Amino acid sequence: MLKFPKAVAIAVAASLLCGSAIAGKYNLGREALKEEVAAWDIDVRPDGQGLPEGQGTVAQGEEIWAEKCAACHGDFGEGVDRWPVIAGGVDTLAGDDPVKTVGSYWPYLSTVWDYVNRAMPFSEARSLEPDEVYALTAYILYINDLVDDEDYELSKKNFLEKPLPNEANFIEDDRLESPVFKVAEPCMKDCKADVKITGRARILDVTPETDDD
Amino acid sequence: MSDSIESPAKKIASRRNFLKSGLALGGAAAAGTIAAAAGDPDILEKKDWNQYPGDGVDVRPYGAPSEFEAHVKRKNVPWLTADPISSVNFTPLHDLDGIITPNGLCFERHHSGIAEINPAEHRLMINGLVDKEMVFTMEDLLRFPRKNQVNFLECAANSGMEWRGAQLNGCQFTHGMIHNVMYTGVPLRTILEEAGIKGTAKWLLPEGADASGMTRSIPIEKALDDCLVAWKMNGEALRPEQGYPLRLVVPGWEGNMWVKWLRRIELGDKPWHHREETSKYTDLMANGKARRFTWEMDVKSVITNPSPQATLKHKKGFTVLTGVAWSGRGTVNRVDVSIDGGKNWQQARIDGPSLNKSMHRFYYEFDWDGSELLLQSRAIDSEGFVQPTKDALRAVRGTNSIYHNNSIQTWHVKKDGSIENVEVS
Repeated sequence: MLKFPKAVAIAVAASLLCGSAIAGKYNLGREALKEEVAAWDIDVRPDGQGLPEGQGTVAQGEEIWAEKCAACHGDFGEGVDRWPVIAGGVDTLAGDDPVKTVGSYWPYLSTVWDYVNRAMPFSEARSLEPDEVYALTAYILYINDLVDDEDYELSKKNFLEKPLPNEANFIEDDRLESPVFKVAEPCMKDCKADVKITGRARILDVTPETDDD
Repeated sequence: MSDSIESPAKKIASRRNFLKSGLALGGAAAAGTIAAAAGDPDILEKKDWNQYPGDGVDVRPYGAPSEFEAHVKRKNVPWLTADPISSVNFTPLHDLDGIITPNGLCFERHHSGIAEINPAEHRLMINGLVDKEMVFTMEDLLRFPRKNQVNFLECAANSGMEWRGAQLNGCQFTHGMIHNVMYTGVPLRTILEEAGIKGTAKWLLPEGADASGMTRSIPIEKALDDCLVAWKMNGEALRPEQGYPLRLVVPGWEGNMWVKWLRRIELGDKPWHHREETSKYTDLMANGKARRFTWEMDVKSVITNPSPQATLKHKKGFTVLTGVAWSGRGTVNRVDVSIDGGKNWQQARIDGPSLNKSMHRFYYEFDWDGSELLLQSRAIDSEGFVQPTKDALRAVRGTNSIYHNNSIQTWHVKKDGSIENVEVS
């Protein structure tokens, strides 16, 4: 998958083999305590690694959403002003106005849990209990029509039963296979017969005015 | 028409000259070459600064630019984002020269504002697939062997507003989500080896200490290759808005991965697919599929002068054209410049250091005949990749990609010297 020169790959492999042997070379820092790691290690992966015990229902999530999320994201995740849209947007990705939501775009539900837990609500991050994060994640599934029962309960145990619909539409970086990156000697003289202006920024006039003088 | 894009510098300079000299100089005349007939009052009259002493030492214990440079600053585009707490501003590329971006002008991108961190209370934790999970203080980190490297940081969304057509008038706004800085720090590899990397470790998750808790997944090959854990930029401590006291440097790769306020790095066997590498920083293609893990910033250049915010006041004659070029895949071998919209190209002169994954400065001097110009620059990197035209890039990416727009920019110079962001056939 990764496109690194072979020499780098060999050097990396060698360093991985001897990494342990030279650990502690400078004798700097100290061993982290288990409770210190636990305090900071909150990340969650698509395979469920990192999820804490807990559970919450759609109905519970709806109450928290109304209080802590709806002001920016709207009652049903439709988004207020330019704050992110959370729900809807299905079948828009190939159109002129793609709407990238949890239901239409995000590949993994674990990303929702992790992000809400680490960074939401905006201005009061890391204030939610695990049960509240499960409940909000369940509500986000609900407003994206991915569950239809307000009594649906999401928990650590059943978390992996809800894959998101767009997961298969993510592909690895294949930019180098694009024609525009093919190595060629670029044209220097008489490269085209005619040049016409086809678009102007001034038409849109969205550049901020200078605030000087 | 040209008023709105006239350089504020010239306005300020001309007003001050007018006030101080008490002579009725026209604004345009004050800024340009002075007619010699009556003698130049700026020569003939004594100036205050030529007669009276100025401030002594320590009046400015941390120096700031001249008051006449007050127009040189970062600017944002308010309609782009919902709130300045989670937003971006832009480096004034048209006001700079050389390759180093001054610290106070490096564009800002925060996801939950600037974390103001006391370094005495800052820790770097290494956990996950290591022999020994570890904690380092800033004092610990400063005792590791150090390395200096100059690297550009470009936001993957730089030029992202231009996918559907010319939109913003000024290279500050079209290309200003980039800066180029000399970092001092310790190679990430050194810190990881201090903890002992387990053979099963394939990915890293750096995490920020700010209220967004920024995270990105980075493959271990990159971490061991050229990443730096840095605490100095251009010789002084990182600025708070650039991650003080500690940030990750990921040379050549998209700026979002350069986690600021770095407090933890976890090693794991798989990527985490967190918010900033799924819902954001994935490149939506015309067919609805999306590329992920598009880390490298491709070869790119832009003419910074002349440009819409730096107009050509002198009408015609000898003209210095300059700009910057960079590639996340190596150095820049060559920059070509066209003044006729891409019909004919001339090789520009690269001046100053040519460093790996760093900005390059180029110049092209020509005798302007006063006619309309369509200025373009095209960079070619050390891997042989050529900066594409806008149409060529759109043909393979569509217009919904947001990220990784490295296409050729066109500036239309009009006869009056005003300049507009345009697209050409």
